[in-house]
Amino acid sequence: MRLTLRVWRQKDAGSSGKMERYEAPNVNEHMSFLEMLDVVNEDLIQKGQDPIAFDHDCREGICGSCGFMINGVAHGGYKNTTVCQLHMRHFRDGDEVWIEPWRASAFSVIKDLVVDRSPFDRIIAAGGYVSVSTGSAPDGNTLPIRKQDAEIAMDAAACIGCGACVASCPNASAALFTSAKISHLAHLPQGQPERYERSLAMVRQMNAEGFGNCTNIGECEATCPKSITLENIALMNTDFLRASWSERPPASITGAG
Amino acid sequence: MNLDARIPSGPIEDRWDKAKFEMKLVNPANKRKYNLIVVGSGLAGGSAAASLGELGYNVKCFCFQDSPRRAHSIAAQGGINAAKNYQNDGDSIYRLFYDTVKGGDFRARESNVYRLAQISVNIIDQCVAQGVPFAREYGGLLANRSFGGAQVSRTFYARGQTGQQLLLGAYQALERQIQSGKVKMFPRTEMLDLIVIDGHARGIVTRCLLTGRMDIHIADAVILATGGYGNAFYLSTNAKQSNATAIWRAYKRGAAFGNPCYTQIHPTCIPVSGDYQSKLTLMSESLRNDGRIWVPKKQGDTRSADQIPEDERDYYLERMYPSFGNLSPRDIASRAAKRVCDEGRGVGPGGLGVYLDFSDAIRRLGQNTIAERYGNLFEIYERITGEDPYKVPMRIYPAVHYTMGGLWVDYHLMSTVPGLFVLGEANFSDHGANRLGASALMQGLSDGYFVIPYTIGNYLASMKLEKVDEAHPAAQEVKKDVESLTSELLAIKGQRTVTSFHRELGQIMWNYCGMARNAEGLEIAVGKIRELREEYWKNLKIAGAPGEFNQNLEQAGRVADYMELGELMCMDALQRNESCGGHFREEYQTPDGEARRVDEQFQHAAVWEYQGPNQIPIRHREELQFEYVKPTQRSYK
Repeated sequence: MRLTLRVWRQKDAGSSGKMERYEAPNVNEHMSFLEMLDVVNEDLIQKGQDPIAFDHDCREGICGSCGFMINGVAHGGYKNTTVCQLHMRHFRDGDEVWIEPWRASAFSVIKDLVVDRSPFDRIIAAGGYVSVSTGSAPDGNTLPIRKQDAEIAMDAAACIGCGACVASCPNASAALFTSAKISHLAHLPQGQPERYERSLAMVRQMNAEGFGNCTNIGECEATCPKSITLENIALMNTDFLRASWSERPPASITGAG
Repeated sequence: MNLDARIPSGPIEDRWDKAKFEMKLVNPANKRKYNLIVVGSGLAGGSAAASLGELGYNVKCFCFQDSPRRAHSIAAQGGINAAKNYQNDGDSIYRLFYDTVKGGDFRARESNVYRLAQISVNIIDQCVAQGVPFAREYGGLLANRSFGGAQVSRTFYARGQTGQQLLLGAYQALERQIQSGKVKMFPRTEMLDLIVIDGHARGIVTRCLLTGRMDIHIADAVILATGGYGNAFYLSTNAKQSNATAIWRAYKRGAAFGNPCYTQIHPTCIPVSGDYQSKLTLMSESLRNDGRIWVPKKQGDTRSADQIPEDERDYYLERMYPSFGNLSPRDIASRAAKRVCDEGRGVGPGGLGVYLDFSDAIRRLGQNTIAERYGNLFEIYERITGEDPYKVPMRIYPAVHYTMGGLWVDYHLMSTVPGLFVLGEANFSDHGANRLGASALMQGLSDGYFVIPYTIGNYLASMKLEKVDEAHPAAQEVKKDVESLTSELLAIKGQRTVTSFHRELGQIMWNYCGMARNAEGLEIAVGKIRELREEYWKNLKIAGAPGEFNQNLEQAGRVADYMELGELMCMDALQRNESCGGHFREEYQTPDGEARRVDEQFQHAAVWEYQGPNQIPIRHREELQFEYVKPTQRSYK
């Protein structure tokens, strides 16, 4: 099949970008979307032009590197599918396809379709972990965990940190991403001791990074390639509220004997 | 070349304890005086950087991805082995050790493997404490599944995303240290060379992938955890950017390379569909717990799977290896698939595929149970092929998956360059000539969480390292070398793209150095690679400039390294006149087509020492002793 691509080209963060038109004359239906772009890029390199930059790595939908808007929808809009796993059989001969980077003020464009998602790392660094140093763990079966809780925790932990939720949200909120980690750890006994401090620290970091507020629109859930649900945001809000009411200043330091 | 593996003496079960006790310690207040570099942020690098930060060292950690959470460990699906014996089915540390040595076809170092089996139990505890959501039974305890090469259930898993969950555990521990200031993270930064001063690894030269800036980083020791080199084949299950540059450039600075020809071809991958193909996708080995592998008995049978009656199907693994059946180890299952396809009984386009059929399991257990166990894998399959594996059998074919070879390390995980440590898939140590399923995650985390924190302390406490800084002439020299390599690549201005060269190299490697190898073919391959390399440096075309975000330039440097590494892999395969594990030389097989080892001549690791550009490297040996598991012909019948 033959496609016409309209792709956002932007040299670097400081430059302004614009949509450029490219032809993709020989698209095979078994190609992935990224393989289609590989072919276009080979052609651009041969012609001495700059290839389209996009982040990608595992190409099996788990590393979370890839992602951009296809015709205005994050990852192209097929259920549980990242762009690396989106196959060209979903397109038809003659289609015009619009490709743009994630748009959010917290994610600046680095080049073309590549954006800076480091705010996500800083949200995790603010508290998205159990503070347990190597070597101090008890036997793995010491604490039984209800199967259903383990499953819910796993559902939330499946987040790949791609950023589609932010890009889809009219407010560019990172609530789905942040709540997925809060919820994963809140459903496990290991996550309990730091549960409330964690929700305060992560939500505050999320706000400091310049993400918008969640107003329960649900675009994030609709486009999440890992089916992370809005329920997580509800849990995050509950935990955050509870934590805010009971927050105390750090215990005063009295010195050790 | 000094290849003293520093294996402790005494009974094997006491060796690691003894080594730990004899190691010198760095006292807590002194740890903050040491600077360490960790390259790579996967299971091995991420867990090492986090653990060393917790101990109080100053750590700099580097990854080329935009975040440490994206390292390719994340793609591991099936599980992680541990000798917990929670299933009461006869497992033990000794059995895991035995299975791994045997699975590696008696080409691994016994003491390392024993330590790995011992540490396996601590890894599960650590990961559970971090909040890794492992699969559980209704009673709330940890669940297990079986994996290839074992007759016990010792594999812990988190659906089909075990690598992801373990990596996120390590990543979160790493982020905690980043927050505390003990680890400084350098994402989108690639190591391009190793700095060796007075015979010791003292730093690295990196390129910032956003700006192209080259930097010198000085440290007291350097840890490489940069994964394997399967992408030398172009098509593999590795991530597109996984590369050998860090270990290859360290090799050229004096770190010897162990067993480069040991490559694992994974039996269950989705077959190639066209020449635009950029990578291959694995279907987890865990599927072989419930899926049955078969091909038609008749050659060239073009009927669809459901039209072929039971008695005209050949469940060849169950027939050839009745006691392990569909759970035969990877090397055996891959070769068997190749054999039936070579006989003209393969299925799907080009006849390069075999069926992995779940219809019996769905009848026996119901679709819900199968969906619960493998749902996400079935989805991946359907997304890629457009076929529904609940209705028609999957088609699979072997693909390059893992490299058992890597930089040579001793028992302390130190390479032949003092102060350069190598962890995880990047080293050669624990899997011999074939890795068993669910053992890569175990090794990465064992090296990073529980081995390097001890052995690096011993190194630092025994050394009196001179104080050096970035202005040191040796460091400046290395930086100049890296800069001139980049300019040379950009100055070629030829006609062919990096990808076209990489694809051609991959074809040569797959045809001559893949699942079956022979002396004649390997000699041809060496010649062809040399010609291709010559053309590479004359006819390469790269887009863009050095001082900017330039993915094409990154790729060009990596492929330049594969052009050299590929040749070494073929030379190593040529010199190893035997078949063992993933290395199958057609000249050395038993009458029924199984691998025939030649222990009298090859019960050693081949260790290659670099001699300069276009010089033949020297092949050294580390003799392997088998005091506990006596080498026999590996039988899974």
